[in-house]
Amino acid sequence: MPVATVNDSKVWRRRDRNRQLTIWAGQFLTVVLIVYCWELVSERTIWYFVSDAPRQALDLAERMVPPKWSYMDDLWRPIWDTVSIATLGTLMAITIAFPLAFLAARNTTPSARFVRPLALFIIVSSRSINSLLWALMLVMIIGPGVLAGVLAIGFRSIGFCSKLVYEAIEEIDENQIEAITATGASGPQILNYGIVPQILPAFAGISVFRWDINIRESTVLGLVGAGGIGLQLSSSIDTVTWTQVTVILIVILAAVILSEWVSAKVRHAII
Amino acid sequence: MTSGPGATARRTWKRPPFIKRPLLRWGLMVGAAVYIMLALGTMDANWGRVADGAPRAYRFISSFFPPDFTSRGGDILDGIFESLWMTVVSTAFGIALSIPIGLGAARNLAPRPVYLCARAILAISRTFPEIILALFAVKLLGFGPFAGILALSIATIGFYGKLLAEDIESIDPGQAEAVKATGANWFQWLNYAVQPQVMPRMIGLGMYRLDINFRESAVVGIVGGGGIGATLLTSFDRYEFDSAAAILLIIIGIVMVVEYTSGYIRNWVQ
Repeated sequence: MPVATVNDSKVWRRRDRNRQLTIWAGQFLTVVLIVYCWELVSERTIWYFVSDAPRQALDLAERMVPPKWSYMDDLWRPIWDTVSIATLGTLMAITIAFPLAFLAARNTTPSARFVRPLALFIIVSSRSINSLLWALMLVMIIGPGVLAGVLAIGFRSIGFCSKLVYEAIEEIDENQIEAITATGASGPQILNYGIVPQILPAFAGISVFRWDINIRESTVLGLVGAGGIGLQLSSSIDTVTWTQVTVILIVILAAVILSEWVSAKVRHAII
Repeated sequence: MTSGPGATARRTWKRPPFIKRPLLRWGLMVGAAVYIMLALGTMDANWGRVADGAPRAYRFISSFFPPDFTSRGGDILDGIFESLWMTVVSTAFGIALSIPIGLGAARNLAPRPVYLCARAILAISRTFPEIILALFAVKLLGFGPFAGILALSIATIGFYGKLLAEDIESIDPGQAEAVKATGANWFQWLNYAVQPQVMPRMIGLGMYRLDINFRESAVVGIVGGGGIGATLLTSFDRYEFDSAAAILLIIIGIVMVVEYTSGYIRNWVQ
């Protein structure tokens, strides 16, 4: 127990001296970094606009109420599209992610030197590029519409699902594999009876979790033209019909909360 | 394990199904099939346009190679650095703001009205995607990195505050009680009983959020929130796909570096 001597009496300290100094140095450096970054940002900010923001916010809030509920009639189709984008995109992602995960997992990959790095690179690139950026590129290639959204969500989700699944594969119980190998099972049979049953609950949970995230992401894909309710959002903002924007935001809020609730219920049932 | 009814019948083992109740299983399968048919049917993709896209896709992808790091090098560097500052500042802001809100949203710490209020703040800031927050931030604050920072900070509050609150709710009450029994006041209690228990995990989550914020900072630029996203959008608009490819590769590289460092720091702290 670290103890310091103050006026000849022993006083308890939480950490010993060196550790405390290291922590203080770390904290100091972090603060310096943050202040430095803040300086750089503040150089590029027009503070006049910022000081004006509260008035702007009040003005905007005034124009956003009351919500124009009759606009809901135009929204059912985009809502359906949004959910389709999320669901089909997730389906596409998990069908690709599942085999990819086996190629990437250390204990199932066919070749640790060639296939595994390639699979890991696919996973990282898919994860690093946001679905909006994927959508931006896909809209240029295949044109605006729901399909671009589905593919964007799919490409973004492959890495996410694959990463979590291959981590699950690496953590499986080897004893079961050994038991199944001892019965004389072939390679695919080991996969089918030894590995897949162990990761299936995790896989199902991950898929539902990603679907929930995808609902949230597919609501904004329309901003770059990839279908869904984001299209209505961007056109309402462009035409300055703020009462419609309010309705759309409420719909997004409801969709996200609902999908989160569904996914929590399903995951609770599976795991 | 299921087995045949008769003693003489050949007994074979069948793998138990994933969903045990047959009615639920078949119901779910049929429901899913019908839904997928409907979703695919209503997608009305313009397949002609997609077919047109095939040669375009080839041209598009081939114009990505080789990635051109140099001809827009200055702009790219500028954008990347702006993204990095934005990431640091917004993570710091977000975490600083989410600490009081997270404390308020922990059931074992806060009185009921404070708890409900804090939870409502967390729910709202977590629900909206970063890009919508950025859209409004740009409307209010004008173009530039500050709008992006505001959006990312709000998103960070929702993420970090919720996890902090959940972590505080699951601390070991024995230690908390022991510190309270020494006559510590509320702040001492917070500092010596609660904070040491949640700190390792919270540092890890802070690093994780840093990683997320960098990725999101590449996106807020699309609506004018500053950072590398703006540079990327410009290079797409000018059909300079080789520069765009360079930017995407840099983003992937930085994300990998941040991810490995944050994983390393997390292992070290825990």
